Amino acid sequence: MRRIAKLASNPIIVALVVGLTVVGCASKKTPNNAADLGLGGGAATPGSSQDFTVNVGDRIFFDTDSSAIRSDAQATLSKQAQWLNRYGQYRITIEGHADERGTREYNIALGARRAAATRDFLIGRGVAANRLKTISYGKERPVAVCDDISCWSQNRRAVTVLNGAGS
Amino acid sequence: MKNFLKTILLVASVAAGLTSVATLPARALVEIDVNKGNIEPLPIAITDFLSSNGIGQEISDIVTADLQRSGLFAPIDKGAFIEKISNTDQAPRFEDWKVINAQALVVGRVSQEGDGRLRAEFRLWDTFGAQQLIGEQFFANPQNSRRIAHQIADSIYERLTGEKGYFDTRIVFIDESGPKNQRKKRLAIMDQDGANIRYLSDGRSIVLTPRFSPTRQEITYMSYESGEPQVYLLQIETGQRELVGKFPGMTFAPRFSPDGQKVIMSLLRDDGNSNIFTMDLRSRNTMRLTNSSSIDTSPSYSPDGSRVTFTSDRGGQPQIYVMGADGSGQTRISFGGGSYSTPVWSPRGDLIAFTKQVGGQFQIGVMKTDGSGERILSTGFLQEGPTWAPNGRVLMFFTEAAGSGGPKLRTVDLTGRNEQPIPSKSFASDPAWSPLLE
Repeated sequence: MRRIAKLASNPIIVALVVGLTVVGCASKKTPNNAADLGLGGGAATPGSSQDFTVNVGDRIFFDTDSSAIRSDAQATLSKQAQWLNRYGQYRITIEGHADERGTREYNIALGARRAAATRDFLIGRGVAANRLKTISYGKERPVAVCDDISCWSQNRRAVTVLNGAGS
Repeated sequence: MKNFLKTILLVASVAAGLTSVATLPARALVEIDVNKGNIEPLPIAITDFLSSNGIGQEISDIVTADLQRSGLFAPIDKGAFIEKISNTDQAPRFEDWKVINAQALVVGRVSQEGDGRLRAEFRLWDTFGAQQLIGEQFFANPQNSRRIAHQIADSIYERLTGEKGYFDTRIVFIDESGPKNQRKKRLAIMDQDGANIRYLSDGRSIVLTPRFSPTRQEITYMSYESGEPQVYLLQIETGQRELVGKFPGMTFAPRFSPDGQKVIMSLLRDDGNSNIFTMDLRSRNTMRLTNSSSIDTSPSYSPDGSRVTFTSDRGGQPQIYVMGADGSGQTRISFGGGSYSTPVWSPRGDLIAFTKQVGGQFQIGVMKTDGSGERILSTGFLQEGPTWAPNGRVLMFFTEAAGSGGPKLRTVDLTGRNEQPIPSKSFASDPAWSPLLE
């Protein structure tokens, strides 16, 4: 469709009909955590993903706009590395996340940096690099949804997800 | 009257820090107090277009809404009209319109052609000058009647302000539904006033940051559909999709170059940092523009393609930088307190819009391309992502009030005094404004 003419002239205008097709895509699953599983410590089979989540801890947290591994996170990651080194059948995806207090694209980059810092720490503790991959979800997958610091601090996280034996 | 409104706009432009007013006549500005900041919108009477069904009124309602939302026009309530227009080929009774202070008058009629197309004619009258300013006609398929109305609104806007309109445009955005921790995100497209929403993806995987091609019916965006977040192209008319390049890691934050031939984007490095690359869509050649151990993202070209603005945290926190389109001369331009991101170059070339975080708030603002003259246009709990109307006078962005559960789209003009919501059924984010439609 095109603009125009003065009333005197006689233009022909053809309108464009825009046909839209729907785009298909695959979905991904969010990881479980201890609360979701309803498990207490020690209930899980050693070497199972429940064991990892409940007895080791599958996630660490970060300060605002930081990808530095805090000392509490170092303790968790050291335990993760021990466990992962014992149960070598798992491939691992490190998910990096950010809270909502940043802009979307920057937070995708920030989540990626957190995932990489977590991966590098695990490699430093002996986990084979070829078992590890990373992904960033930026601020797109919060686990806590309130509008204050109590939730934001839970969302600034890196989650170590086990991809299953031999996969 | 034309000069009167141009004076208004000249003042608005001065207030907005614009420099491109050289074509306007030199006039004394003393009559309007810029510091007081009240730009009086122009009273305009928009009559129901004559038609055998309701289409005439529908069109005049859309024209009215467009002009009202611009903040530059004050459409007069139809109840105040004295003359009833019954023949659009006759001059109106100007006294009847002057007495209700209608400085401009719009009349029109809509009919159906033998082949089924709509034919819309309208005239714009200067009531105090007693002369016709525009007489035009439009043809379109009936399902495109809203576009006729937007084109008429653009025509009126352009005639009375001396600037291009922006009403016959579309917005591509992310439609968001469901709870925040399980949010479904779909690519969607709609008219700039929120009408005619259509969905371009099914919501099974996360999609983000769609942006229009300046030259084709095509968008670039980021999707998680392959598992690895990557940049894609989508042909709007055919639904055909294509991965942009074969990069070894995540790609994100895409935008087109002004000639539509390149996509500029961020590529994740193995060390967790992100640098800026371009890919030529014809030759498939890639070029690295930044190489820093920091986050470099959100690149946006200047309209002449010679420069790029982007976000980097190389100085410790996110700030706005400018460089040559070959990556040369990378220079920080944002120095106000707080952090800055999402820079977007104005289509006029003179300003960069941005998101600023300071004091626990998110602000939408503009600065000159050297970083001077910063002005904040909107402040809120959580808002970001400005996109420019093609005439460079209005920004759209997304904003979320605390406790509201999700984002909605809003517009604000360069004066910062005219902020308007864009209606949407579900939550909406990441708007990108199209060029004027052809």
